[in-house]
Amino acid sequence: MRLRLRGITKQFPGVLANDHVSIEVDRGEILALLGENGAGKTTLMNILSGLYRPDEGEIVVDEQIRTFKDPAEAIEAGIGMVHQHFMLVPIFDVTDSVTLGSEVTRGPLGVLDRKAARARIVELSETYGLDVDPDAMIEDLPVGVRQRVEILKALYRHSDILVLDEPSAVLTPNETDELFVIIRSLAAAGTAVIFISHKLNEVLEIADRITVLRLGRVVGTVTPAEASPGRLAEMMVGRQVQLTVDRRDAQRGEVVLAVQALQVRDDRGEIAVKHVDLEVHAGEIVAVAGVQGNGQTEFVEALTGLRQLDAGTVTVAGQPLPSDPRGIADLGVAHIPEDRLRDGLVRGFTVAENYVLDAYHREPYSSGIRFHREAVATAARTAVHDFDIRTPSITTDVGSLSGGNQQKVIVAREFGRDVKLVVASQPTRGLDVGSIEYIHRRIVQQRDAGVAILIVSTELDEVLALGDRVAVMYAGEIVGVLPAAEATRERVGLLMGGVR
Amino acid sequence: MTARDILVRIRDLIPVIVLAILVSIANGLPIVIGGLVLGVVFLLVDRVPQARRITGPLGHLFNRLKLPLLAILSAFIVGGVVLVLSDLEFYNKLGADPVGTLRESIQRVGEAYFALMKGAFGDPGKISTALASGDANKIGTALRPISETLLATTPLILAGLAVAVAFRSGVFNIGAEGQLKIGAVFAVWAGIWLPMPFPFHLIVALMAGVIGGAIWAFIPGILKAKTGAHEVITTIMLNAIAQQIMLALLLTPILQPEGGTVPISRPILDSAALPILLELPKIRVHWGLIIALLATLFTSWLMFRTTRGFEFRAAGLNPRAATYAGMNAGRTIVLAMVVSGALAGLAGAGEVLGTNRYLSPTISPGYGWDAISLALLAGNRPFGVAVAALLFGALRAGGPAMALATGVPIDLLAFVSALVIMFVAAPRLVRELYRVRISAAAPHTPQVVETPT
Repeated sequence: MRLRLRGITKQFPGVLANDHVSIEVDRGEILALLGENGAGKTTLMNILSGLYRPDEGEIVVDEQIRTFKDPAEAIEAGIGMVHQHFMLVPIFDVTDSVTLGSEVTRGPLGVLDRKAARARIVELSETYGLDVDPDAMIEDLPVGVRQRVEILKALYRHSDILVLDEPSAVLTPNETDELFVIIRSLAAAGTAVIFISHKLNEVLEIADRITVLRLGRVVGTVTPAEASPGRLAEMMVGRQVQLTVDRRDAQRGEVVLAVQALQVRDDRGEIAVKHVDLEVHAGEIVAVAGVQGNGQTEFVEALTGLRQLDAGTVTVAGQPLPSDPRGIADLGVAHIPEDRLRDGLVRGFTVAENYVLDAYHREPYSSGIRFHREAVATAARTAVHDFDIRTPSITTDVGSLSGGNQQKVIVAREFGRDVKLVVASQPTRGLDVGSIEYIHRRIVQQRDAGVAILIVSTELDEVLALGDRVAVMYAGEIVGVLPAAEATRERVGLLMGGVR
Repeated sequence: MTARDILVRIRDLIPVIVLAILVSIANGLPIVIGGLVLGVVFLLVDRVPQARRITGPLGHLFNRLKLPLLAILSAFIVGGVVLVLSDLEFYNKLGADPVGTLRESIQRVGEAYFALMKGAFGDPGKISTALASGDANKIGTALRPISETLLATTPLILAGLAVAVAFRSGVFNIGAEGQLKIGAVFAVWAGIWLPMPFPFHLIVALMAGVIGGAIWAFIPGILKAKTGAHEVITTIMLNAIAQQIMLALLLTPILQPEGGTVPISRPILDSAALPILLELPKIRVHWGLIIALLATLFTSWLMFRTTRGFEFRAAGLNPRAATYAGMNAGRTIVLAMVVSGALAGLAGAGEVLGTNRYLSPTISPGYGWDAISLALLAGNRPFGVAVAALLFGALRAGGPAMALATGVPIDLLAFVSALVIMFVAAPRLVRELYRVRISAAAPHTPQVVETPT
């Protein structure tokens, strides 16, 4: 066995992150580590990569017990990590990024031998079909290629135990497919791969064996042949999970959001949204599909007052769109932004403070000058209960909650008031099955209560599961609007690729 | 507990043990021992697992104080080491009598710090005899060190609050020095030219200082909000401009007495003066201290109990999310700067209306710069600022006494206060040295990055 973790236990204040976890992976094998956020996957990998030391248990590499004092020792033992958040220098080229920390030098002065390094990178890139230009600047590369640079980094350091932490979280469906081809070729060449994920379909597609973690413990190990998405979800969450959204047909009402001939420019001044017409009625969900970077971000920013309209009109319930975010919110528009921690929450603020982030200036939280912490606390306690937010207390820093619970704080805030229109951008990105189920259910509930809902998502599954109508955005334009019945995976997929 | 755990514990205690040995060589001086005992207790408490789980306000306070206290302790220790190593005599004698020389050196460090304490807080023995004698002159003399410390603490609190408010709001206002000077100019002008009966004149002159500082901070605020000009650059440049404006005005009849040749203003009218806190000979600490403490309460209330403060803090931690939530980023920046400048201006007003009663070019020996350090030390918390200001005030007031009594150069203290900040800014260093758990770095300090406007 190439790598074995035996009885790994790691205790953090108040949390048993890993409780006698044992996993093993052999050469040429792809092991998927499946679990919800907070199940202990990342802790386990940090132990493996030498960042943490286990309280108990041992790491066995090639039948030898190893203890890693620091990441350098783990690397030396052949363990390569590809983190969820890339560790690359934007203004370095690929060669320098890959060699950083293990530079090839020649001569007594230790002059960098970039030529030799570059040659090896080209060779590795060709062997495994990574298709990376060694001279490209990191900042110019798309996310999918940056990830391949991270893989190159690991290979360059002679890693033959490759750990990929949620690698598909940042990728488009297409890029994910490309990544899988690479992973398979690595395995075929004898690399032991540990693939960490919470996405069931992916794991079933790529893994040879699947080890499921829940609350720091191994629930079981299965092969894809004997597992089904339903069974895996149940193992992960510990109860039966509904993977499809249960819903009635939409009861369409009046037009709430009317967008006409909208044009929006991006930060560089280029036209990002071109002549978009779209209507969303009360009681229906319109899902906008599209590969990231096709103008969806600018479209949503325009609708929520964060970006100026270049041309065209937008009305909400017959009223022209105010120009500032607060005016728009006051009109009854809720906004779930695409990046929770960047746009939606203030890390360093408590759950309660984040809950009132857009209502702090209103009664009962404020009476003019004074900010009433007691009223905020009362409201937050109710919200934590109503929206099942798992938090030690309402005074906990929102940054220390799991992604799912952070998103619930935003959902509680946005749905907690009287809304006519919900604009939700990537509402479940990076969330676990249980949280996705919960948030989808809440969105459908809002729809059934007569709210108009616009969802923008790059996840095809989400678009198909929620949309009463599916609009596809490509190169800044809406290239098609399909009713749910006609929105098949194939048709939407083709439109996303720009094929009408 | 396994044998390995015990070994780890012992290894963790090595720095403390080494210190203890050094101190015993020096035959112990009360102050060093006191500090050391505190340090050891502190570390032992931190080693006990149960203590780590202390929750509630006490545990909270303990965790918050860990970093600043250890940083201060480390700074004084390193300062002492440098003091010893920078003494050439030390090397000459070391070969002949290593133990004796080491003892002498450590004693010298201890004496210096002891003199510093005495210079900053007075001699407890002298104070009690003076109080017993009832002689006003003697009491004044005995209390003078404390008075001088508090006198220096006063502008430091106000300027420190100014910096803390700005930092918490995400604006890197390093222009407290200039805002303080403009505040002083405004206050001294009102103190000279707006005669009124006593409390009214004083209030008007203080308000003038507040307005002066606020105007001076409004400029970089509005520049940042409207054009994105970075406040670090603009406030630094405005510091220089403030200095020149002050100098120029000191040479015009607006401030200079008739026939004057030196850049020193007319004295303010008595009706605009901040009264002395204790009417005793040699006591200079004035009501400005009370104002500074009230400002501390006000700042805490503003930041944590008002809607505006909520906006400030949200913008400071995540300006993007604040904008998404409907807050007006530009207005928040300008308001935070104005409040910050107002506090700095009040510091300047206190100096001219209380401490000096006139304006001279040496109005601030760098209070606005110390303010940045102490805000950092205090984690930008208002009450922390008041405590940190006392430390910096003590260093300023006790320094000359230390230099006089022991011949140790006063520069040592600039070095020590710089070290304090270095240790606070490098929590990993403190964590590794003492093997304690320290969570966040100096919290609530904005990074020098562009914020969306």
